[in-house]
Formats: sequence, C-alpha cells, structure tokens
Amino acid sequence: MKRQIPLLITFFVGTLLIISVFVPPLGDLERDFTLFFDIIAVFAFFLGGGNLLRIHLMKLANRRKDWGFSAVTVSGFLFMLAIGLFKVGNPGGIAEAVDAEGSWFKVMFDNVINPLQSTMYSLLAFFVASASYRAFRAKNREATMLLIAAFIILLGRTPLGVMLTGWIPEWMSVAQIPNLAVWIMNSPNLAGQRAIMIGISLGVIATSLRLILGVERSYLGGDSD
Amino acid sequence: MEHFGLWVGAFLTLGIYSFLYRDNAWYKLCEAIFIGISAGYWVVILFWDNFYGKFWIGREEEPMLWVGAALGVLMLCRLVPRIGWISRWPLAFIVGATAGLWMMNYFSSNIMAQVQSTIMPLLGEGYSASFGEIVGNFVIAVGTFAGLIYFYFSKEHKGAFGATARLGIWVIMITFGASFGYTVMSRMSLLIGRIDFLLGDWLGLIQ
Repeated sequence: MKRQIPLLITFFVGTLLIISVFVPPLGDLERDFTLFFDIIAVFAFFLGGGNLLRIHLMKLANRRKDWGFSAVTVSGFLFMLAIGLFKVGNPGGIAEAVDAEGSWFKVMFDNVINPLQSTMYSLLAFFVASASYRAFRAKNREATMLLIAAFIILLGRTPLGVMLTGWIPEWMSVAQIPNLAVWIMNSPNLAGQRAIMIGISLGVIATSLRLILGVERSYLGGDSD
Repeated sequence: MEHFGLWVGAFLTLGIYSFLYRDNAWYKLCEAIFIGISAGYWVVILFWDNFYGKFWIGREEEPMLWVGAALGVLMLCRLVPRIGWISRWPLAFIVGATAGLWMMNYFSSNIMAQVQSTIMPLLGEGYSASFGEIVGNFVIAVGTFAGLIYFYFSKEHKGAFGATARLGIWVIMITFGASFGYTVMSRMSLLIGRIDFLLGDWLGLIQ
C-alpha cells in the first residue's frame, strides 16, 4: 500500500491533466494544479531549510572539520529568516513588501547575494577559458567546425571582430564577422537547437508516459519503507 | 550604509576570486555566507510570494487551495521516520501533474510549433523574403531534419541515411560551438561587471 497509493495518485493526476486539454470544463485544472505546486514548494523549501540546519548543527555539535564555516552558514540562514519572515528593519513594518527599498532584506540582497552570485558565475569564465585551451584542438572535421563557430561568435561580439573585417564592402557585408556571428546564431545554430529541442521533447513525452503508467518508479525511492 | 555595503561586496568578490589561487579559508567563508544567506532568502521569498500571496490571501475565495496546503503538510511527514512514507503522496502528485502537463505542453510548443516554424517560412503565401533570408530558412529546415536524423539510432548510419546523419552532426557541432561562444561571452560580461565594480564603484579608479 505504501507504494500503490502514490502510483495511483500519479496515474490519476497525470491522466486527468491530459484529459483536461481536450475537455474545456476541466481547463482550469492546469491553473489550480500549478497553484498547488507553488504551495507545496513552500513546504519543500522549509523541509530543505530544516535539512540544511540539521546537517550543519550536527557538524557543529560534533566539532567536525571546518565546523566554523557551518556556524557562519547557520547564522546567515537564521538571520535572513528573522529579517525576512518578521520583516525586521523594514521601514514600512509588517504591512510593507519584504523586499521594499531600504529594508534590511533588500540591503542583504544588494550587498551580499548579488555580488556573490555574479562573482560565482563570472568565476566560470576562468575555468571555461582554461578548459577550452585544453579541449579545443582541431583534431577532426567536427572539432574544427565547433572551434570555428565558437571563434566567430566570440570575435563577433567584440570590437576586434568589427575592426578586423570592417573593410569588407557593403555588398559582401555577410562576410563581416559580427554579421556572420548573427547568421550563425540565427540559422545553423537555430537548426541544431531545434533538432535537440524536438529530441528532448520526444524523450520528455516517453518519460511522462512511463511515469503515468507506473513503469518508471524510481521517484518512490527504495523498498525499505 | 552604502559605503559599508560597497566594502562588504568587495570583500566577498575578492574572497570568491581568491579561489583562483587555491582553495582557502577566505573562499570557504564567502561560500558559507552564500549558502546560508541564499537559502534563507529563497525560503522567505517563497513564504511571502507563494504561501501568503497565493494561499493565505486566496484561501477563502478558493477553498481548493486547502488541498495544496494539505499536500504541503503531508510533505513534512518526512521528518517523522515512522510515517515518512506518507510524504510520497505529495511527491506522487507533483510527479503526476508534471508528467501530465509537460507531456501535452512539450508536444504542442516544442514539437508541433517548432516543426511549423521550420516548414512554414519555406511555403509562406505571398512570400517576400530577401535572398539571404530564403537561404537562412533553407539552412534551418535542412539542418533541423539532418539533426533529427543523427539522433535516430534505430537504423544503422549508412548510405544516404548516414550522409544525412553526418550533415546532422556538423549542424550539432556548429550549435555546440555557438552555444559555447555565447556562454563564454556571457561569463566574460559578468567578469567585466565585477571588475568594473571593484575598480569603479569600490576604488573609484574608473569614472
């Protein structure tokens, strides 16, 4: 029963949503179920937050390696919860939006989350450059095409690309690197993206059918409970 | 306050970049701050936007919303090992609803709409595209078809089928190259943004 009920729920909900596409009176189901998603997500995030606290508090209690960093994580998490849920430091009080201008919550986002997030992503620029230096070798025809396409896109978005091919006359403007980059993005790149997208969609449809029909059950976890 | 925020931002930015030298305590400190603060941020945002904004305000007008809240509460059963299996019910709901929604949405928007957008420009009535656009549309149609042929592995890639599949892999390679170049440039613009912050906003060396 512990596995049968979830399988029945999946089958019932999945089938109902498919039928709702063809039966207009059931058309609102998609909106209702999306709202349910959003509400369940809150509890899932609370569960995730609880798990984060549990793991780091255990690390703290056992004084495991780098426990000091766990203390920082827990403090940061609890601080954000306090200033966000109780709107501490919000000029408009509890009635104002949580991220109102001047609130501590907004200040934390602007001065801590925002710089950290963009720096983390920008760090990838170094790793991508280092990886491409090792991986980008024109070993065969396919690798050469990848290399040339990447090179044109990179050059096409810098002033160097304009400078190098700016002398090409207007009637041959498609050969100018910035225009060539635009053409690659809009034509062969689009074709490849579409082929990949259609392939992924066929995969999603097959996986969805497997889930609804109960063939795919891995989401239920092990048999232990 | 603004000045203090700049120093905090600079401290965190340099701390993350210190990882380029090697893993160190400064980086780990910034990482720990990032994890704690962003986890708290998202819990708070979801609480106010979804729980308060969508459930609490609308619960009297739409009693159906209680079903979503009940499923959410059931998810918390995972915290009690003896009744942890009940948390599979909301999970099953999410999986079933996602499968049902995605199956139909992907079919209509990612397959039918994409096929239509690929073929229709070639056959449009009263067609008035330029020569460049016609070539571009032709490349898109042939490239998409060849790319799909490459992904078909139930038939051996030999003869005309193999030649089309080979054309397909070229198109896919150009796509990967373009996506790579695009990703590098977006990361570069973020890097430039951070350097601009350090040298301009923080140190005032760039006006």
